[in-house]
Amino acid sequence: MADPVLMLDAVTKSFGTTVVTEVIKGVSLRIERGEFTALVGPSGSGKSTLLNILGLLDRPTSGRVAIVGEETTTLDDAGLTRLRGRSIGFVFQFHHLLPGLTVAENVMMPMIAERGRTSKEMHPRAVRLLERVGIAAKADARPAELSGGQQQRVAIARALALDPPLVLADEPTGNLDTKTADQIFEVLREFNRELGVAFLIVTHDPRLAARCDRTLTLVDGRIVSDVRIAAT
Amino acid sequence: MPISWFLALRFFREGRMQSVLIVVGVSVGVAVMVFLSALIDGLQTSLVRQTLGTQAHIVVRPPDEVARPMLTPDDGSRVAVHVERSAQRVRSIDGWQRALRTLATMPEITDASPTVSGPAVALRGNASKAVMLQGVEPDRFARIYPIRERMVQGTFAPVGTTCVIGRELAQDLGVSLGDKLRLASVGGVSDVYTIGGIFDLGNREVNRRWVVVSTRSAQTLLDLVGGVSSIDLRVREIFSAEATAAAVTARTGLVAESWMQTNAQLLVALRSQASSSGMIQFFVILAVAMGIASVLVVSVVQKGKEIGILRAMGTSRRSVLAVFLIQGAMVGLIGSVLGTAFGAGLGALFAGLVRNADGTPTFPIVVGLPLVARSAAIALGTGVLSAALPARAASKLDPAVAIRNG
Repeated sequence: MADPVLMLDAVTKSFGTTVVTEVIKGVSLRIERGEFTALVGPSGSGKSTLLNILGLLDRPTSGRVAIVGEETTTLDDAGLTRLRGRSIGFVFQFHHLLPGLTVAENVMMPMIAERGRTSKEMHPRAVRLLERVGIAAKADARPAELSGGQQQRVAIARALALDPPLVLADEPTGNLDTKTADQIFEVLREFNRELGVAFLIVTHDPRLAARCDRTLTLVDGRIVSDVRIAAT
Repeated sequence: MPISWFLALRFFREGRMQSVLIVVGVSVGVAVMVFLSALIDGLQTSLVRQTLGTQAHIVVRPPDEVARPMLTPDDGSRVAVHVERSAQRVRSIDGWQRALRTLATMPEITDASPTVSGPAVALRGNASKAVMLQGVEPDRFARIYPIRERMVQGTFAPVGTTCVIGRELAQDLGVSLGDKLRLASVGGVSDVYTIGGIFDLGNREVNRRWVVVSTRSAQTLLDLVGGVSSIDLRVREIFSAEATAAAVTARTGLVAESWMQTNAQLLVALRSQASSSGMIQFFVILAVAMGIASVLVVSVVQKGKEIGILRAMGTSRRSVLAVFLIQGAMVGLIGSVLGTAFGAGLGALFAGLVRNADGTPTFPIVVGLPLVARSAAIALGTGVLSAALPARAASKLDPAVAIRNG
């Protein structure tokens, strides 16, 4: 069997030196290729912290994290950065596009970071991705000229720029109205079906969580339930 | 395009107002630096040129005569003596031809002019003036002093019984070109000379005192047949004249006095001028560095979240570091180009405003390639160095924290 895209083994995370607060209290988790998973939980349950560890933005205090079979505990910062750029796409709640770059350049950014330089074929690749999320016409606009839903589509195109096996989305529809949120969710779902990209979506919205294949519930730093919904 | 250049250019364009302001700031700093350097250089060049118009770079003289009393009583008694310093008479340099050949082998020395000089009196009718007789070989002398360009009347050809005198002396004696003049030495020898030229070396005292004749004439008048009293030297590098003089003394055993010794005060003035301009430049550079650093520090804070996102998307620490260093370098470089142009323009304007009575610039303000290169290098270095701290801060940002808080 192929390596899971993500594997956590007894991960804990504590903050503080004098007063130590353990935020993640031993999480073990496997996410297989092409899985579409929701991560839910009350605020303060450690969702963001867990997401940062999954996204290699933060190191666990103890335990192991492996991305597509690659052990991360032994990697240095440069190694983590490389693995992160290649294997994980990020979609943030507030899109987090770079305002100084055009829409297409924003989508090109992971490609530029991976290659270490710009090159000619990146722009057409970015435009093709923008076509898939339905806003190719805005390729040369600035992010500020786009609506919230459009900005989030750009962020999704950017997250998929390098065909990563895993995309982490932190409340991707958090600040969108219901209709737009549904549309964005559909875009994510489409990439999942067509390209087999695994998604882990942090959400507060039980409606959206219900439409995922699997729901993980985090309470107080522990995964208290892991429910798989049979594919329909 | 490398990622760091790509991002640096985009950030630079994005923060247009900030970029323009800091570039203007750097430009003004560089302009002050360039203008000040050019001004001080011009001033110093003109001062030195003026001073050296009537002075040889180095004058070689025979060593002073010293009294050497013989005091060796046979009976072992002691003698209390008071030895008077002997008066220095006009003497020839022993073996001056050999000394001249030695000097010719020294690469720092470009020209040498043996001179027979001593006091004399110029007589015309009832008027008499104390003068300084300068017996020279015309071509050699003209290579030490810019006398050929400074002739007011006639030509510089002190041969036979022709002499060349200064403008003030001609006025004092009421003589002009072609007139006769009697020159008498203190020893009583005298002869009549024809005035073949009148010069103006730009120094009244010299114009009033110098009477230039041929070597042979001066030798006869001063009773120094076959000898010369001093050798005037011209050196390649005027500011190492002192060292060259020391080398001359070491090689020939003669006394060599450089213009730097005779004009110690001028040199002190030049040095303090240079050091005060250096100080001003230092503080200008400091202010420019602070400006660049503060703008970049603010930029790093503002862009904290964006830097976090870039890091999340696989941008290395090294690239983030480079982005800000490049921005510093760009600001420095653009600033130095604009500032140099501005400073050069200021110099040209100043040179146009401050003129002599005859319309020539008082002193040259030259913005040369070395000055431009130096300013560019300083601006570039300052840009990169002042960007170092903010750049380090940016590269050290923890992406998770930056995204959450930024």
